Amino acid sequence: MRWIWIDKFVEFESGRRAVSTKNVTLAEEHLHDHFPGFPIMPECLMIEAMAQTGGILVGEARDFQEKVVLAKISKATFFDFVRPGDQIRLEVEIDMMAPEAASTKGHITRDGQPIAEIDLMFSHVDQNLAGKKFPEENFVFTGMFKSLMREIALIQTPAGDASTESN
Amino acid sequence: MAMSRDEIFEKVQEVLVDALGVDDDEVTAEATLMGDLGAESIDFLDIVFRLEKAFGIKVPREELFPAEGLLNNPDLVSDGKLTEKGLNELRENVPHTDLTGFEDDPDINKLPDLFTVNAIVNYIDGKINAA
Repeated sequence: MRWIWIDKFVEFESGRRAVSTKNVTLAEEHLHDHFPGFPIMPECLMIEAMAQTGGILVGEARDFQEKVVLAKISKATFFDFVRPGDQIRLEVEIDMMAPEAASTKGHITRDGQPIAEIDLMFSHVDQNLAGKKFPEENFVFTGMFKSLMREIALIQTPAGDASTESN
Repeated sequence: MAMSRDEIFEKVQEVLVDALGVDDDEVTAEATLMGDLGAESIDFLDIVFRLEKAFGIKVPREELFPAEGLLNNPDLVSDGKLTEKGLNELRENVPHTDLTGFEDDPDINKLPDLFTVNAIVNYIDGKINAA
């Protein structure tokens, strides 16, 4: 992962589900062009935020041993604009998990209102190269997102804890 | 639970419409997954995931789509064609696939044409109705 596009995790159940938040600010330069006089968060960057939330959930499930890359956007439906000053909440759960890939289902809300539904597929690239070689080091989960990981350790709820709220 | 071929076909059709974003009238029995329906490698995994859910069965990927294993083995492929040994292996691995025509000219570039909607229906049929 070369850039971070979510602000923090607020819930994390290993191998099952995660919730993150992102604050949108007019200080993000691309909002000045998207669009002039009408700044809204680009939908593709909402997909990126979901891919990071889901990608870390999928990666953590295998102890970050796999190189997890976004392979397919199975579904992306948007219901409303996201503007500067908004905080969006990204909820994602693992739908299927196999040695070579995983799929997730997710939705985005703002103050409980639906913003988007985004389903993704991730590939564990080392398992899908048909003999081709990739660099040894894990270039996906680099030191860059260690701060996010520290939060996960703090908020982690044990798997199977049914008391976790969802809205 | 026994299912008729029509019922299986309908469910497979639904799976492919969802996984590949195609229209249901494009998903005919003869349609090839890659050529006609535009499936790429990750889509095969997506299809496997969805089939497992739709039919409540386990689908080992190499069982349904065994080509990858074959292609990397020099014993089985020579000069861009499957060897006799390779063909035998393929026959054994894909009893659900019709190899007529391919056997005469087993060019590996034509392997993708073997993956048809019908092959999936045959596979599922064998899996849930054989036991």
